[in-house]
Amino acid sequence: MAQLDSGVAPALLRTMWRIRRFEERVAQLKRTMQVHGLVHLSIGGEGVAAAVCHQLRDDDAMYSGHRAHGHAIAKGAPLGPLMAELMGRVDGLCHGLGGSMHVVDVEHGLFGATGVVGGNIPLALGTALAARMRGSDQATVVFFGDGAVQAGHFSESVNLAALWELPVILVCENNGFAEFTPRSAHTSIELVSDVVSVYGFRRQTVDGSDVPALWAAFAEILDTAREGRGPMLLECLTHRRRGHYEGDAEAYRDQLAEEEWRRRDPVARLQADAIAAGWLDEAAVAAMAEEAADEVEVAVAFARASPFPEPELMEELVYAKAGSEE
Amino acid sequence: MTEVETTFVKAINDVLATAMRDDERVIVLGEDVAEGGPYGGTAGLAEEFGTERVRNTPISEGAVCGVAIGAAQAGLRPVIEIMYIDFITLALDQLVNQAAKAHFMSGGQLSVPLVLRTQGGAGSRGAAQHSQSLEAWLTHVPGLKVVMPSCAADAAGLLLSAIADPNPVVFVENKSLYFRKEMAPSKAEPIALGRASVLRPGRDVTIVAFSRMVGEALAAAERLADDGIEAEVLDPRTLVPLDLETIVESVRRTRRAVVAHEAVSHSGFGAEVVAQLQIAAFDYLDEPLQRVGAPFTPVPLSPPLEDAYRPGSQEVYRAAVLAAGAAVT
Repeated sequence: MAQLDSGVAPALLRTMWRIRRFEERVAQLKRTMQVHGLVHLSIGGEGVAAAVCHQLRDDDAMYSGHRAHGHAIAKGAPLGPLMAELMGRVDGLCHGLGGSMHVVDVEHGLFGATGVVGGNIPLALGTALAARMRGSDQATVVFFGDGAVQAGHFSESVNLAALWELPVILVCENNGFAEFTPRSAHTSIELVSDVVSVYGFRRQTVDGSDVPALWAAFAEILDTAREGRGPMLLECLTHRRRGHYEGDAEAYRDQLAEEEWRRRDPVARLQADAIAAGWLDEAAVAAMAEEAADEVEVAVAFARASPFPEPELMEELVYAKAGSEE
Repeated sequence: MTEVETTFVKAINDVLATAMRDDERVIVLGEDVAEGGPYGGTAGLAEEFGTERVRNTPISEGAVCGVAIGAAQAGLRPVIEIMYIDFITLALDQLVNQAAKAHFMSGGQLSVPLVLRTQGGAGSRGAAQHSQSLEAWLTHVPGLKVVMPSCAADAAGLLLSAIADPNPVVFVENKSLYFRKEMAPSKAEPIALGRASVLRPGRDVTIVAFSRMVGEALAAAERLADDGIEAEVLDPRTLVPLDLETIVESVRRTRRAVVAHEAVSHSGFGAEVVAQLQIAAFDYLDEPLQRVGAPFTPVPLSPPLEDAYRPGSQEVYRAAVLAAGAAVT
């Protein structure tokens, strides 16, 4: 079983701090209307993003949902162009045309986030099919929340992926909330791994705040996908620290007690594990958080220095030009 | 170029086989496609290319369309078949929210070279859920291309171009055209998307007709000629992109126009053509522009009612006489 060690754990923690600081900064920039549009933060889910994406290669494909910043960062998206995208600037990953819910970074294998909950799960199947037809060992991962599981495209996709035995990895972040209402208001089935149980493929539910457990579970799943076998589901039980979107008054739930949050905070937990194992000391951990904050400030400066795109860009990018897709 | 006798559906089938032979990235997906499909559009493909490339799918239009998008984004050239355009409703989220916008939203990083073949049209007693003409929904979405051929030769050439196109193309066939005997080039050559064809020259009125209505317009033009009205018949062949230049040039010359399609007139694609014409040719027009389309009702089952519902050459003839009123006298 793949275990975290002194080589990997600090890298994961660094990524998780980068996500945490990025998201906190985005929240501020959203309040001051410098980041535009609907913004959904992934604080509380950093462990899933890091444990999954750190095991993927640039040429492995990844899809995400509306809560995508952490996945993009962990997969390798540069912070400056990512922040510029959220701010609608021309040097954004997508020249400012997509924004928070639609980040794409093909260079690092991020084939798209989507604002339609679960809407790109079938796309991941197609990308996995293409990889298998090429005889490649490239893996395809799609992240989605438990809210997507009640949508028709989820059921259609799971049936098709199982039928065609596609090497696609479904990573569900079950944070117990679909937008403003708890999972219990959407379905009578508590665990997503139970929803798919009848198909007979590999499924596993893990504590999404337990990074060593996530790492080990995903490593095994990835090995199977590399052999061209699948599908598989990894369900990660996470806590959504923020509201559904930034600005959500969260009248529908009680704030998790601070003590409970400390118990479930994946960053704090991995940090404690790393210190206990002697991989990092207090000073190194503190420096990591600070470096992440500095990197985010550089990203903000990059984004602010970038102009808004020219209006001509809109018409230019409606249709791909012949030959451009080669 | 030598011509051979064929049918619309045979021409489609031949082009699919040719495209799959020429480019191993081309795959075909859809319900029953490995069995040839209900009309034989994919007949023989599974036998020649195997079921890895010619994939039967469950009745999951949304997921199948999404699979094709994901495969296209990863470098394949999927051609999917939605058995009836009525069922495109189930794939619209994928088409509209994913396929049409991927290139734009990614700032040009992604492209979706996908062809969605489907067929529509009334006349086979299919009733309200197997007979519709829903192309106008698709023309309303930036990022999609929409093709509606009227004959076998055009279907072949346009399908070749659609498969080569780096964008999602919806290829709308009309089931009434499938089995007529027609002549077509023995070897299909690509026909560029966005070029209208002038099927009959005329000086008195321009008839812009789509898909099945092209044949009806040509029949109407024969009758009009007996009345001394020379109608020019244009087939845009693709709705998006639309060859507005050819249409406007013709109408500026004839000073009168009829736009004819089988879809419900109300909010149909004809409304767009008429709107464009009144902007680009207003000063040239002698008479109000006329539209021909189906009435604003679902397609009925009962044969006499369906026959009355479905526009034909008689409706085109009447509209052309109205449009060309001054020319008759």
